Amino acid sequence: MSSTEVTPVNRGPAGPVVPPPPPPPRVRRRPRRLVLGLTVLALTAVFVVPLLLMVSTSFKSVEEANSLDFSLVPQEPTLAAYREILGSARLPVLRWLGNSLLVALLHSALVVTISTTAAYALARLEFPFRRTMLGLVLATMFVPGVIFLIPHFLIVNELGWLNSYASLVVPSAAGAFGVIFLRQFFLAVNPAIEEAARIDGANQWQIFWHMMLPLAKPAVATLAVLAFLSSWNDFLWPVFVLFSTDMLTLPAGLAQLQGEFASRFDLLMAGAVVASVPVLVVYVVAQRYIIEGVSQGGVKA
Amino acid sequence: MTQLMTGHEARRLDDPPDVTTRRPLRRNSPWTALAFLLPFFALFVVFVIVPVGSAVWASLHRWSLGLPGRPWVGGDNYAELFAGTSVTSVEFWKGMQATGIFSAGSAPLLIVIPLALALLLHQKFPGRTFFRAVYFAPYVFGVAVVGLLWHYLLDRQLGPVNQLLRAVGLPGDIAWTTTLPAGWVALIGVTVWWTVGFNAVIYLAALQDIPKDLYEAATIDGAGAWRRFLAVTLPGIRRVLQFVVTITIIACANMYGQSALITQEQPGTDTRTAIGFIAQTGIEGFDIGTSSAMSMILAVSLVVVSALVLLAFRKVGDLEQ
Repeated sequence: MSSTEVTPVNRGPAGPVVPPPPPPPRVRRRPRRLVLGLTVLALTAVFVVPLLLMVSTSFKSVEEANSLDFSLVPQEPTLAAYREILGSARLPVLRWLGNSLLVALLHSALVVTISTTAAYALARLEFPFRRTMLGLVLATMFVPGVIFLIPHFLIVNELGWLNSYASLVVPSAAGAFGVIFLRQFFLAVNPAIEEAARIDGANQWQIFWHMMLPLAKPAVATLAVLAFLSSWNDFLWPVFVLFSTDMLTLPAGLAQLQGEFASRFDLLMAGAVVASVPVLVVYVVAQRYIIEGVSQGGVKA
Repeated sequence: MTQLMTGHEARRLDDPPDVTTRRPLRRNSPWTALAFLLPFFALFVVFVIVPVGSAVWASLHRWSLGLPGRPWVGGDNYAELFAGTSVTSVEFWKGMQATGIFSAGSAPLLIVIPLALALLLHQKFPGRTFFRAVYFAPYVFGVAVVGLLWHYLLDRQLGPVNQLLRAVGLPGDIAWTTTLPAGWVALIGVTVWWTVGFNAVIYLAALQDIPKDLYEAATIDGAGAWRRFLAVTLPGIRRVLQFVVTITIIACANMYGQSALITQEQPGTDTRTAIGFIAQTGIEGFDIGTSSAMSMILAVSLVVVSALVLLAFRKVGDLEQ
């Protein structure tokens, strides 16, 4: 906008008269901005239209969804698909929604609890083997995830956790990312604040709880949201460790829905919409934290 | 917190600290540290350290359903897989090949396109924070929703993609989800659509960290846009570029959901990826020894590829200096 217009050259009252700037290259800039604008809008369509088609088809009747005469907008919008999947006892979509919410919230809470305390200790406390421990955590960031698949299955099996919420909440909670991410944040806090509190007789827990955590709130929020999303969207693991229908999370449930109603696209899209709504709410509310978290992961790496 | 602070202020003002009673600040006892560390490290040992060890251990033993004991077999599990004669090993290498084709197709696109997208979002235009959020959006929906959605969009008869192709007079009868190579185009295309915003956001943060005066200096020196990109932008984001290359390769090699939902491993099991076959062998078939050896082979391949990426970046970096 204004950046394309040539700003008037500052002429001091006593200064030499500066020759007027060359005329702005309007003719060349206008099309460039037009191209930029059109590209931005075309890309928006690329990302948004498929999602709108999901919503549109979910409101179509079976006949319309299976019609070879494709229409962008449902001709006779109906809630039939939603009524069918939400009322199904064999495929309890609402129960899956509840399972997913519960598991993702518990996972996020666990990740935040163990990561904040450990990150604080690794950033600020003194204890033997501190560097070794930090190095160990860092090293696991480079271990390919596939290594953990079979061992996690064996451990969960050994603990009697197959087909349980615990199998989804606990195994992936002790990840290196949260600790490394939060440690960076704690390291940046001025140590003088802590010293002052210590002189006043605050113990370590009080310093952590009353001073450090409030300061780290944005980073903690970012971690909480990222952990929630990764648990909510996890697919392979729940597909393999959950086997009774009423224990499934939504992603695993959607796979089952697809297996049962291969060509009922109205039902499948309704299921996908149900699974999308909570994520969309989280995204609209916490978009800033999610994007900041992802971009900081790269810059700090 | 406020009380602590004001108390401190008050004391400092009223009576200066007694030098004789002041001892060197002992920061914390090791027990305090232990209390802070224990919750994380207990889980870390059980679910991170032990698994790495047990993956190696299991791959060196015959451990499967219905077999008494877990006899040590040394490298036999590996030897069988590398011999490539058993049904399992043939399927495994087919899976590795599928993972390889998919990664070779998607990783370059996921390295280049997001950079272009980030350069676009780095321009000044109204609402660019909003558009950044829109381009990132597909990523938050997760693979299950994305897979189900595109399985529908790419359906041969009813899918809007073919309907659109037909409407504009192109061949609109492509079996995206059941034949090859259309299946690879579908899997790669959807993955790019799904995760392009993720990498773009990482690049964008790096672009914003490049000092503006470097561009100004280059412009004064007469560098055009392309020259500025090569001389300022690329060196400026080198570390992040390396990070993106590494995580993208690792993410591609972990692909499972797309082929489970979009192509449903079709045609036959041609689009079943290595990790899908490992999970089926280990968890459904309870052949722990063989599936662990497969995991190790896939993991070591990934470590090798990552190391090569690192070396390549070092080389380029040395040449630049």
